[in-house]
Amino acid sequence: MELICPAGTPAAFHEAVDAGADAVYCGFRDETNARNFPGLNFSRDELREAIAYAKRKGTQTFVALNTFMRAGAEEIWYKGAADAVALGADALILADFGLMAHVAEKYPQQRLHVSVQASASNPDAINFLVDAFTAQRVVLPRTLTIADIARIGKNIRCEMEVFVFGGLCVMAEGRCSLSSYATGKSPNMNGVCSPASHVRYRKDGGELVSELGEFTINRFPAGEAAGYPTLCKGRFDIADSNGYAFEDPVSLDVMGELEALKAAGVKALKIEGRQRGKAYVAEVVSTMKAALNSPPDRRAPLLARLRTMSEGQKTTSGAYEKRWR
Amino acid sequence: MTQTKKTSLTLGPVYYLWDAEKWRDFHFRIADEAPVDRVVIGETICSKRQHFIEPHLAEVVERLESAGKTVILSTLALVTLNRESKQIREMAEVSEHLMEANDLSALAILKDKPHTIGPLVNVYNAPTARLLANRGAKRICLPPELPFTSVKEIVAEFPDIDFEVFAFGRMPLAISARCAHARSKGKIKDNCQFVCREDPDGLPVRTLDRQSFLALNGVQTVSHACQSLLGELDHLVEAGVRSFRLSPQDCDMVAVAKLHRAVLDETVDADAGVAKLRQLYAAAPLANGFHHAKEGAVWVARTRSLQAAWPA
Amino acid sequence: MQIPPILSAPLHMIPIPLIERICRLMFGRIAKAHPGLFERLDEHRQKRFAFLPTDLPLAFVVVPGRQEISVLRKPVEIEADAVTEAPLFLLLALMEGRCDADALFFSRDLSVTGDMEAMLAMRNALDASNIDLQKDLAKLAGPFAPIARKVIGEIRDRALKDQNRPAGEAAAWN
Repeated sequence: MELICPAGTPAAFHEAVDAGADAVYCGFRDETNARNFPGLNFSRDELREAIAYAKRKGTQTFVALNTFMRAGAEEIWYKGAADAVALGADALILADFGLMAHVAEKYPQQRLHVSVQASASNPDAINFLVDAFTAQRVVLPRTLTIADIARIGKNIRCEMEVFVFGGLCVMAEGRCSLSSYATGKSPNMNGVCSPASHVRYRKDGGELVSELGEFTINRFPAGEAAGYPTLCKGRFDIADSNGYAFEDPVSLDVMGELEALKAAGVKALKIEGRQRGKAYVAEVVSTMKAALNSPPDRRAPLLARLRTMSEGQKTTSGAYEKRWR
Repeated sequence: MTQTKKTSLTLGPVYYLWDAEKWRDFHFRIADEAPVDRVVIGETICSKRQHFIEPHLAEVVERLESAGKTVILSTLALVTLNRESKQIREMAEVSEHLMEANDLSALAILKDKPHTIGPLVNVYNAPTARLLANRGAKRICLPPELPFTSVKEIVAEFPDIDFEVFAFGRMPLAISARCAHARSKGKIKDNCQFVCREDPDGLPVRTLDRQSFLALNGVQTVSHACQSLLGELDHLVEAGVRSFRLSPQDCDMVAVAKLHRAVLDETVDADAGVAKLRQLYAAAPLANGFHHAKEGAVWVARTRSLQAAWPA
Repeated sequence: MQIPPILSAPLHMIPIPLIERICRLMFGRIAKAHPGLFERLDEHRQKRFAFLPTDLPLAFVVVPGRQEISVLRKPVEIEADAVTEAPLFLLLALMEGRCDADALFFSRDLSVTGDMEAMLAMRNALDASNIDLQKDLAKLAGPFAPIARKVIGEIRDRALKDQNRPAGEAAAWN
């Protein structure tokens, strides 16, 4: 199985390539990609240099243009696609049908991957994208169990890529407006979720309070591991109790299920984290590469190391395991 | 507001799990009294709930149609199971009714068959609308998150497609494979005992500082605030929007529909309409932030000053 | 780990203007070697960033766009858009992108307050810049260069060596 690794900066890109990534995915420094964070992402020149470096090392480069085109400003996305193609991207990762149609028509030779943001969660949906836009690969939503994935694999006409490590969306990706409800900025339209511009931490007695816009997302007693106030990972009051209503501040780790994923027909394993630093990328990619190259019974100690890198220092196998639901 | 083209009202599907009789009687009353042109019915959120309304489906369809309403059958918002896809496919094969797509799989199945697009499909721009129209979409309800600037752009490109906006109701914000509603009551999805039935208008989610924030509806998360574009109907009509969706809440939806009809017909002024709506649905504050490209939770007051400043 | 009092003691005695001059020298050098830093900071480059090493009696306030750095002796009221507090070795490691700020924050070794967007831009810009203090500062010239190199070198070496030692006793010299 291929290992698909994140890069938010050229520095992280180099680390991922050097650590043994089979492909690195990244995006331009604008609203065309779903990690449109301040100080992150690639200029055209940086991408050109990165792709050249990757090619020398035999690594592929995927360019994510996975937000939804703003009505009237479609040119920004079309230009992004044109430039990524011209710069030699091995695949474009897309979510918007309008953009998929444009790319399929204009660049029929270009490999097109369906972003997780497109929320293609079943064979009918995936085959629709294959037929309509000749999509060659689909990144599956993190809402599926391994049994679901195996079943989908038997019924679709393209490759499957799944997330195995990193941040976890609790909600169906690409179909969530929680962030814009609280901040006016959404993953689909602006490429941000719970954006830093609306985040505030304040101390209240011994507690650390995290706020997003006008809303309190969490309160951490002294000594408790804190988290970024991602809306769906906050602590809330429901009826008479309070707790993590949607999901604990954990991240995804299904590396323990590698064999099952392989058996399900998964072609590529994806690591989330374009917003993380190059040290994180280097550590995670090299450890996962080592794990992939080890026999199953030798993987555990390698993967244990990764745990300290995750949000809340806890991991979950998410929807891949049915009980999570 | 121009009356050259007729405006219409669509009653969206009931997103919540209501007792079967309540669901039936609600639609009977809509059929008899509400000035809506079409009604979307059918379970949209969770396939486990489908059996509740099935015994009443036929009589509700009949009652609505005898009252002159167009009936549209809803489909699931998140399709992951085999039986869920199968059910949509079978419905598409046998049904003579228009169906509404809420997920990619329905789009695939409904290709070349006249259908409508629900607010849960990502239509953010004109090229996407064109693609869907070419595949047979007759009416497209745009996502609640879409700002007016985008609505205007999209509608301007396709005067022939009937575009609809989400004008009333708690905003559908997210859907998950996981059931937060069941979890909050100590259950998991596979053994949920339909606890979501206890909350016909959603289960309130408050912040730790007791701010009202969201509401749970099974696997769906909706806003605490209720979207209302009553004060923006005139601009929307002017932009070419012809259809307005009212999403059922646990309140007098007949009165809500009448109020929207009255404001569209200019027999009630928008400001008076908003004041009246606050009484009709007092459970949550009104919000229209998405329309104004702001936080979805906020309310932007209607400016009356324009006409005063520049009399016609 | 924290800076042992023995190493920080001289800082206590060096006059602030001298520390400031050393810092400016270093800052100028880094700015010259990594122009991409400012491009990434974009609209945030005119903001005031404060860095508070929890184990030093000093606070550093930087305005990147003006290549301005001021050093203050704690305790002091800091006027800044964004404030980051952490043991000095972590701040330096962050600057060089040797550790992951997210992981640190999740474990609460690092605390950030104020304009989070500016702070995030700074974090990402630093991470992208491949700053290597040892290498970048080797080229320092001028009368203060030897002191700067010595101080930075010692702090960095100690930090790297003792990285796994648990955060210990509060520094006694504050």
